[in-house]
Amino acid sequence: MKSKEYLEYLKKEKRKKFFILTMQILILGVFIILWEVLSNKKIINPFLFSSPSRIIITIKNLYFNYHLIKHILTTLYEIFIAFTLGMILSFGVAILLYEFKTFNKIIDPYLTMLNSLPKVALGPLIIIIAGANTKSIIVMALLINLIVGIMSIYNGFNNIDSDLIMLFKTFRASKWDTLTKLIIPASSKSIIACLKLNIAQTLIGVIMGEFLVSQAGIGYLIIYGTQVFNLNMVMSGIVILIIISILLYEIVSLIEKKLVK
Amino acid sequence: MNKLLSINNLQKKYYTKTDEILAIKDLSFDLYDGEFMAIVGPSGCGKSTLLNILTNMDKLTNGNITYYKDNLKFGYMLQSDSMLDWKTIWENVILGLEIKKINTKENLDYVSKLLESYGLAEFKNCYPKELSGGMRQRVALIRTLALKPDVLVLDEPFSKLDYQSGLKVSDDVYKIIKQEKKTAIMVTHDLAQAISLSDRVITLTKRPCTIKNIYEIKRDKNLTPIENRKDKNFSYYYDLLWKDLTYEE
Repeated sequence: MKSKEYLEYLKKEKRKKFFILTMQILILGVFIILWEVLSNKKIINPFLFSSPSRIIITIKNLYFNYHLIKHILTTLYEIFIAFTLGMILSFGVAILLYEFKTFNKIIDPYLTMLNSLPKVALGPLIIIIAGANTKSIIVMALLINLIVGIMSIYNGFNNIDSDLIMLFKTFRASKWDTLTKLIIPASSKSIIACLKLNIAQTLIGVIMGEFLVSQAGIGYLIIYGTQVFNLNMVMSGIVILIIISILLYEIVSLIEKKLVK
Repeated sequence: MNKLLSINNLQKKYYTKTDEILAIKDLSFDLYDGEFMAIVGPSGCGKSTLLNILTNMDKLTNGNITYYKDNLKFGYMLQSDSMLDWKTIWENVILGLEIKKINTKENLDYVSKLLESYGLAEFKNCYPKELSGGMRQRVALIRTLALKPDVLVLDEPFSKLDYQSGLKVSDDVYKIIKQEKKTAIMVTHDLAQAISLSDRVITLTKRPCTIKNIYEIKRDKNLTPIENRKDKNFSYYYDLLWKDLTYEE
């Protein structure tokens, strides 16, 4: 039996939650309405700033006349490849760095250098080497997501309780056993956290890549829109991108919840 | 009683970038079959190093260790219970067997029997976080016993538990060790724990470490560690140990 005070407390918490959600929706609503009205009344330049209704019309137009689905699928495909490759490579390199300390020390300054280098600067080079195609985009995305991925997984490995490592030593466990039975399962949380980091980084990389070189994709739409000075198209691209990134983030969160249980 | 091993003039040096450190200067003692030995000393004097050398996890610099039994097996019990929290109690307990690839039916049955004898059988499928700290220590001990060691090595056990649980668990662990007729060597900084659990206590000096004294702990009768604390000689030994550890140059 719950006491009256407890029920009161629950009610209060619920109300607080409801208030926060309402405010969040309200902000979005007010923003969209304000945008629409200001643009309609020409208080802000509708040519430059577009408007929600124009964006919807543009998206419809893109869908019927510009193969919008194809562009979305292209971007998603690139994200998927870069993300998967990025995870696998980060994981592999993190294991190498962890297992071979000397190798780690040798390679350390190069990693630092690569980390601080703005990867976009390598764009033109990548295009020449990998060709003006999807490969370049994926390489670009990998360059961006790899370093963060490697570092976060590697740090996860290093944060394992030293008592547990000692335990495996007392069993005289082989490197392989220690890796598979301790290091990897014990850092599963940081590996999963890396999924989230990685998806965000991959998105940056893919769009950047599409800006540099592409025949299709959301990044292509945005660049194309800029070149023909169709800012409605640019805005629509950005809106679609926001939706994609929210969806991807939610999917990764779902995977995280399934795995962490 | 039979000797299990003798340590003769053991010396251990450490090397760091800036210095050469003499951790253990000269140590000699014997360990007898079936005894419970405690080693106490100031912190940082090299107690854990000694255990690591004894169990072959670290190399000695000079001296030697004679083992009177072939393949003398050591079972290590660490400061914390070191449970893998994504594995069930059962999976944790058989971890050592799995790693050593000796998870035979016979050994697994032995582990089941241990769990049963010490009231943990019903928690087999629980996860470590569902158990109390004391229970987890017992699980850790069974995990060590699963490998059928000849000598149990306890490195400051229970030091991560609160005082009361520590007392309770040391009682439990002591009973298990005695029932399974194991030899034990324990490193601790808790003088009362050393006196109440062991048959002999060795006191060590500061680094570079040597033996200060070896005490044979005589009691009216051997009871549980908590009862042993009420023995009339308890405070006498406590004083001796206290002096050894405090009045030193």
